[in-house]
Amino acid sequence: MQAKFFAGLALVAGVFLLRNLNIIMFQLPDEMEQGPIYRIFYYHLPAFFTALFCYVTALVCSGMYLAKKNPVYDSIALAATETGLAFAAVNLITGMFWGRISWGIWWAWDARLTWALICWLVYFGYLMLRRAIDDPGERAKNAAVLSIFAFVSVAITWKAIEWWRTQHPGPVLSFRTGGVRRIDPAMENMLYMNALALILLAIVFIAVRYRQEKMQLEINALRRQAHALQA
Amino acid sequence: MTGLTSVWRIARKDLRSEFRTKESLNAALSFAVVILLLFSFAFNPNARTIKEMGGGLLWLVYAFSGALILNRAYTRELPNDCLEVLVASPVPSASLFLGKAIASFLLILAIQIFCLPVFAIFYNVSLVAALPSLLLVLALGAWGLSAVGTLFSALTVNLRLRELMLPMLLYPMMIPALMAAMHLTTLLVAGEPWLAEDQIWLKLLITFDVIFTTLAAGLAEFILVR
Repeated sequence: MQAKFFAGLALVAGVFLLRNLNIIMFQLPDEMEQGPIYRIFYYHLPAFFTALFCYVTALVCSGMYLAKKNPVYDSIALAATETGLAFAAVNLITGMFWGRISWGIWWAWDARLTWALICWLVYFGYLMLRRAIDDPGERAKNAAVLSIFAFVSVAITWKAIEWWRTQHPGPVLSFRTGGVRRIDPAMENMLYMNALALILLAIVFIAVRYRQEKMQLEINALRRQAHALQA
Repeated sequence: MTGLTSVWRIARKDLRSEFRTKESLNAALSFAVVILLLFSFAFNPNARTIKEMGGGLLWLVYAFSGALILNRAYTRELPNDCLEVLVASPVPSASLFLGKAIASFLLILAIQIFCLPVFAIFYNVSLVAALPSLLLVLALGAWGLSAVGTLFSALTVNLRLRELMLPMLLYPMMIPALMAAMHLTTLLVAGEPWLAEDQIWLKLLITFDVIFTTLAAGLAEFILVR
């Protein structure tokens, strides 16, 4: 039943993404100043929203795990963090492509870029920690605490980086103030549509990854049982 | 035993066992001096570059050598299963955490203070005028490092690669505090006036310390009790 529901959801997300792709590529016009490359924004920004959605899910599930000690929450937190990292990587990489074409450089130490990279590293540390702990209970507990720390730290860094980088103005700043110009409602609408499609896709990914993790735990438990019986 | 006395006892016990062996203190001090030396090759240490980079340089040294101190916070208890006994003792987890954080804080502060004259001599800067404010910034930064680091030290104590994992987890999370401390220290080292707009960094540093101390003390129970 659950598997069918998520397969259906995957189908919906896939059709939705194709529909959006068609509109983005063939119906919406080029942006006035940037030309065709601006279309990458329809994946860049929604991927960021999706990553944020995943991180919040991970935070909530980590808190729930510490409160309830139910391994289900731990598995969801893991699945959400991994999915979030994937979408954050999409966000970073599409941003780099855009930067190469619009700015002429792959990377600039702009506030948001720096923040996104730090955020990625912090959550990557979460996965590293999980890898290093064998005992499932111990791993879940430590990972949950780390996830809460990660979210709080990332939230503080958000503001701090902005102060830091604006105090050392770089060449990209003129672009950032230029960002306040209004975008066409049709384009803005498309951003939200694609964000919705990607979040649906992320939910499917989280569900799939959650199922894998659950099975992995079951297999490990059976293996331990088998070893105990052998001995 | 009330919470505060047990905090003090844990801190005193940690400091005493550290001073008996001086294991991490010696390592951290010599490591700090080596890094201070290496920086002189990384860039041309003239008056202008030092004014621009002084704070960042000092805090990198503190973060690196601080990790050595923090690594020992719980590994010190591993032989003879001391950690199990400490956790089983009537000392609340939050007090155990705070006591260890205070001990690490004092050790890190000692390294910071030791590094100041070395830095001043090597890179030809005068820190005397800025000393009181500098000590305040050092203490606030060191507390942030100890609060987050001591909790993470507990997270990683049972891992094979703990010496590697602790800095991996710690540094990205410390970025807001490090940024604030670096900015303020650079101002003080360069002898520049502390403007009203720089207050925001002091506020950030204090906020970081308060938030993470509360969070760590609250979550210590989950980490320590198995």
